[in-house]
Amino acid sequence: MIRSGVPDGALIECWSRQPAWAGYDKTVHELSIALSILEVAEEEMQRRGNVAVEAIYLKVGPLSGVVKEALLSAYELAREQTPFACSRLVIEDMPIVIFCSRCGTERPARSVQELRCAQCDAPADQIIHGRELQLAALELAE
Amino acid sequence: MSTTPRIVEVRQNVLKHNDEVARGLRKAFEDAGVYVVSLVSSPGSGKTAFLEKTLTLLRGKNFRPAALVGDLATDNDAARLARSQAPVKQITTGTLCHLEAAMIQNALADWRLGDLDFLFIENVGNLVCPSSYDLGENLRLVLLSVTEGEDKPLKYPTIFNSADVAVITKLDLAQAVEFDHAAAHANIQSVRPGMRLLELSAKTGQGMDAWLDLLASQAR
Repeated sequence: MIRSGVPDGALIECWSRQPAWAGYDKTVHELSIALSILEVAEEEMQRRGNVAVEAIYLKVGPLSGVVKEALLSAYELAREQTPFACSRLVIEDMPIVIFCSRCGTERPARSVQELRCAQCDAPADQIIHGRELQLAALELAE
Repeated sequence: MSTTPRIVEVRQNVLKHNDEVARGLRKAFEDAGVYVVSLVSSPGSGKTAFLEKTLTLLRGKNFRPAALVGDLATDNDAARLARSQAPVKQITTGTLCHLEAAMIQNALADWRLGDLDFLFIENVGNLVCPSSYDLGENLRLVLLSVTEGEDKPLKYPTIFNSADVAVITKLDLAQAVEFDHAAAHANIQSVRPGMRLLELSAKTGQGMDAWLDLLASQAR
């Protein structure tokens, strides 16, 4: 169990007083996210016969609420004393893709602040991609 | 001995355990006929005053509302809300900056959902962390007070994007702080096109009718 050592029902700290976190805003929740990543990765690893995991591949959208740099730092802390202590975390940034009814097709959005069609500037009707927080793949040692 | 790495597809949502609990909650809420609203905002945006007023007004209309309040350390908010005489429970999160679905599930363990019409979940005052976590709610409100500045939606686009309705609070102070309504509306529509928007003051009651009408139309 990845969370072993944490008393049952205890809350995982969002920020830490450890020096490694000293420069961070006190409102990061990426440590919780990092622990969830390891939890899902461990389940997948066990399903595959506990083969050592060299890398965890993650897809992160700009609307997921996760900051990449904070997550990478949090992961460094979270993986200690777990089967993933030597596993890399590889984050792929996903674009925001919207459905534009004026163009009648999927288009990239201008930015996270401007959810408008990058092509014709119409407001987004629907967000197709950009909310992802997905464990996409594992790289296993063989 | 050399090792050849191989990549296997997983395609699992990182927060799938939270999502599973949230799905279970949503089903339980639907079965019990309770409409669930969560509230997110910065600290000091007037969530508690807005919620206290909402609970009091709903009780006056013979609805049965209740509230769960997430707070880092104190039970001050729960004590304030309890003045409405609606059932209120505090979820002390310690150092955790957001609520997760399992915390809602635990807090509701000894409540009979069938006795409620509305359940409000006040998240920890924070515009970043709560956005990723589904709590099983039907409606997510993001509150923005007129004193916070019109550009807040551009600074925290994700939380506005994850919410269903934007509520501009402390309308009674708008003139004093020269709140630019048009700029605030434009910024909200920029980060979440088509977002429903309410402006109100819990203090004077201005705008609360539209909010109560919205809720009443959802009562099951």
